[in-house]
Amino acid sequence: MSVEIYTPQAFHRQAHDALGNPQIRGNFRKAMDGLMTKRRDIFNDWDLETLRELGANIRLRALAKLPDLLEQLEANCQANGIQMHWAEDGDQACRIIREICQARGAKSVIKGKSMVSEEMHLNAHLEEAGIEALESDLGEYLVQLNEQTPSHIIMPAIHLNTDEISDILHDKTGTERTRDVDYMTAAARQQLRERFMSADVGVSGVNFAVAETGTLCLVENEGNGRMTTTVPPVHIAVTGIEKVVEHLRDVAPLYALLTRSATGQHVTTYFNLINSPRKRGERDGPEEVHLVLVDNGRSSIYQDDELLDTLRCIRCGACMNHCPVYTRVGGHTYGTTYPGPIGSILMPHMLGLEATQDLPSASSLCGACGEVCPVKIPIPDLLVRLRKEAVGEGRGNVLGAGVKRNKKEVAAWKSWQWMATHPGAWRGGTAIAGKLQVMMPAKLGPWTDYRTMPKPAKTSLHALMKRHRQEKES
Amino acid sequence: MTPVKLYPPKPEKVYFYGTCLVDIFFPEAGLDGVRLLEREGIEVVFPEDQTCCGQPAYTSGYESEARAVAESQLALFPEPWPIVVPSGSCGGMMRTHYPALFAGTNSEVRAMEVAGRIFELTEFLVHVCHLQLEDRGAPEKVAMHTSCSARREMGLAETGPALLAKLGHVELVEQARAAECCGFGGTFAVRHPEVSAAMVEDKTQAIEATGTKRFVTSDCGCLMNIGGRFEHQEKPVQGEHIASYLWRRTS
Ligand code: SF4
Repeated sequence: MSVEIYTPQAFHRQAHDALGNPQIRGNFRKAMDGLMTKRRDIFNDWDLETLRELGANIRLRALAKLPDLLEQLEANCQANGIQMHWAEDGDQACRIIREICQARGAKSVIKGKSMVSEEMHLNAHLEEAGIEALESDLGEYLVQLNEQTPSHIIMPAIHLNTDEISDILHDKTGTERTRDVDYMTAAARQQLRERFMSADVGVSGVNFAVAETGTLCLVENEGNGRMTTTVPPVHIAVTGIEKVVEHLRDVAPLYALLTRSATGQHVTTYFNLINSPRKRGERDGPEEVHLVLVDNGRSSIYQDDELLDTLRCIRCGACMNHCPVYTRVGGHTYGTTYPGPIGSILMPHMLGLEATQDLPSASSLCGACGEVCPVKIPIPDLLVRLRKEAVGEGRGNVLGAGVKRNKKEVAAWKSWQWMATHPGAWRGGTAIAGKLQVMMPAKLGPWTDYRTMPKPAKTSLHALMKRHRQEKES
Repeated sequence: MTPVKLYPPKPEKVYFYGTCLVDIFFPEAGLDGVRLLEREGIEVVFPEDQTCCGQPAYTSGYESEARAVAESQLALFPEPWPIVVPSGSCGGMMRTHYPALFAGTNSEVRAMEVAGRIFELTEFLVHVCHLQLEDRGAPEKVAMHTSCSARREMGLAETGPALLAKLGHVELVEQARAAECCGFGGTFAVRHPEVSAAMVEDKTQAIEATGTKRFVTSDCGCLMNIGGRFEHQEKPVQGEHIASYLWRRTS
């Protein structure tokens, strides 16, 4: 099977394909409807707005002190015996992880879920160096077997239905073809268990890194995160620099928001707090723990007081679950590590606007994403800001700013501006628009493929109001 | 926390801001909005020089063009009367985006002042006019689509249904995923036509599934999109701006 390559440049083609694929559309619709219901039901008995306000403030406070908190995190982690590494971009982070593996002569790596590692294509990098990297999150494992990328940041295999999963497991691992979910889960579990025992290194992500205590928090449901971080002799945690929070007490509200927003759970099955490698006299835990802090474009967003809000994200995926565009086209269509609304405001900083120029406009600005975001990121405003950047009207500090500016569109907006600032001409234009109907094109490209052509009324509101006034006066 | 909005007592005069879509495509909806206000004893002033709030350019990223157009509109409301807009989308632009658009410019204060006087029509009818309606129409079922801007940007999910509830012979039917976007989104429908089409298709199906032959909406963009989709499919479901519907049934 050939690896499917999705790129943000091909958004339109990928959207076309996804929209024409009943399987994809059905799978996403069903999954997103379910997730929306779960979220709605679980927040029922909560004062959601107060909690969101708190969550947003915790994140804002952490970001306001980010450089200091990172230093504090480093000092406290080191004091706990965690080895610290800093990476400017994905390549550097990959090299750091590979070198840690090579120093231990590692041949195999078992991985917990980590979107940052997707962002930097860690698996491919390790494979090239002759180190096998196996995903242990069930969804990630299926996606990896299927030679795909995750289509959702929380539920990587949400685009697959039971039959497809059965086929993948059968084709790649020789399990029986079945619709029995328990059987399939047990089979995958068995396959993974063996690998946990033999892996030389465990790699995981981080949900919150606590500066005050040097603690790494890991939220998960399958226990694979706990295995990854405790069974192999070396544990490497990798995370974006924005994941830091100031105090341990900041974690509880964020965790409550994260699990409820993501999967509609009060708590997850596992919540790991990692403080140090195995201590003298302890019977389990890795001999070495490393933390790799990855920048990869984040500090450049950090410079901009508006775009900075992007870094509040706690990666719950609720914005995707509620996005009507994501629901229709699915995650792969975006062609980026992070899809959906958060992807559209984050990926331009990682890949530049040239590659991602279709993403900020791939939203009707309906506001559903901003409404559900647990840390109140004003996603629609940031989409508009990036649209400005794309046409060269922003502050110019996003990579590839201005790439979308073209003469034809500028001319169109300029003439619109002229009309709308010359009321006489506007009234004249709207007054005759209805009368000129015959001269309007019968088709307006894509609009009329699905809808009838809007017809200008015979009499504009300006004209109607004039008549109305005269009638009242007489 | 969402701030509680304080509403003024019913004024003697208001400005009416028609919006460009109403002006060109649905002028009757605008006039019906005016009539509803006048019936409440309010004098309605329609500034002749109004054109467009600037939103299409603004959401496309063309901020300078949007600002130039918006600036010309700011001058149209010199008296301190409320400004009533029959559209959540233009209302949202003027109330929530004008202050940001003019931040740091000479017009900032004026933009904030104007923004503070913007009311969406159904909001104004419910919260300021405390409108009472006498339904003269035949009994029927109707579906309502509240625009995303009215719902989320202006926080007005309830005012349209509240007005319909005052019509004695009208039953508001529930549709699946009522809060989901119809796929219009201004230039979104042009830039991503296929995705937009998939969205409006689901919306028309949801409305149709209620069994009603009529839907009303608070925004002409949605009306154009959903109504245009029904028409394209030659389905017998009719759409109407809520102002026209209210006026028609009560006059
Ligand atoms: S942007 Fe908000 S809703 Fe989306 S993933 Fe991040 S925290 Fe969750």
